[in-house]
Amino acid sequence: MTKLTLEDLKKIKEEVRSSTLLREGGFRAKITIHMGTCGIAAGARKLMTAVLKEVEEKKIQDVMVTTSGCAGLCSREPMATVEILGNPPVKYCDLNEEKIKEIFLQHVVNGEIVEAYALARGSESTY
Amino acid sequence: MEDLSLHILDVVENAIAAKARRIEISVLEEIEEDRLTIEIKDDGIGMDEEVRQKAADPFFTTRTSRRVGLGLSFLAQAAEEAGGKLEIESRPGDGTKVRATFQHGHIDRKPLGSMSETMVMLFLGNPDVDFHYNHMKGEKSYTLKSQWMRERFPDQSYMAPDAIQWLRKHLQEGLEGIGVQG
Repeated sequence: MTKLTLEDLKKIKEEVRSSTLLREGGFRAKITIHMGTCGIAAGARKLMTAVLKEVEEKKIQDVMVTTSGCAGLCSREPMATVEILGNPPVKYCDLNEEKIKEIFLQHVVNGEIVEAYALARGSESTY
Repeated sequence: MEDLSLHILDVVENAIAAKARRIEISVLEEIEEDRLTIEIKDDGIGMDEEVRQKAADPFFTTRTSRRVGLGLSFLAQAAEEAGGKLEIESRPGDGTKVRATFQHGHIDRKPLGSMSETMVMLFLGNPDVDFHYNHMKGEKSYTLKSQWMRERFPDQSYMAPDAIQWLRKHLQEGLEGIGVQG
């Protein structure tokens, strides 16, 4: 029998996680990309393309990706908000394709907030 | 904004903010007439005459959070720099039509950019909106409607990996077929 590697275990964890966790309207997590004029000019479309690529490649069925207007912090764009079912939303700022990919894998898939890029959780505590 | 596909994304986001349910996006490239026309028509809440006249003014916005509104101002500037202009037609309750024209071969005309990235984003990010995208280049034309996607994936959420793949492929192949870089 071949030995299970750490990668295999991670893969199983990801598969089980995305298929068994609580669902509400079929979604476990929501990613909102801020798509005001400021966000678009700062490169928000690239974030969306990167997220959709992850969803497509990893065949993730329970993550909703949507857009919103300007969040009022134009100088910190591109920004995104990640909301895991039952947890307060987390806002991330000064993003790029690599950072959003990291956030997708660590926060959206594994549920651990990427504190280094986070701006705020909920509306009170700030990192 | 680096390219026109980003301007289109921005104006369509305005339409969505104006509660549009149906949005028609048309890109018309008339090479012989040396003209490029972008038209975005929505059935949102519309604007009254006073707001319509000020819409392209960078120091006017309907938001209360700050005093600048740059989306349409940027598009007007991009059009004017390339020998064209921005026109806005709107009436409260009747929706809005934004039309930007450009001299197609003008040295300062921004490139079109990735229409497929803009459309993938709009279609997937707004499953409740009925999009109708038409792109004409010379004699050739390409169309994509939200309705087609709904018919093809009736039971799935739009975020389903195979729906994303289908949409991306449809756009890339369709746009390449009319000589537009996806």
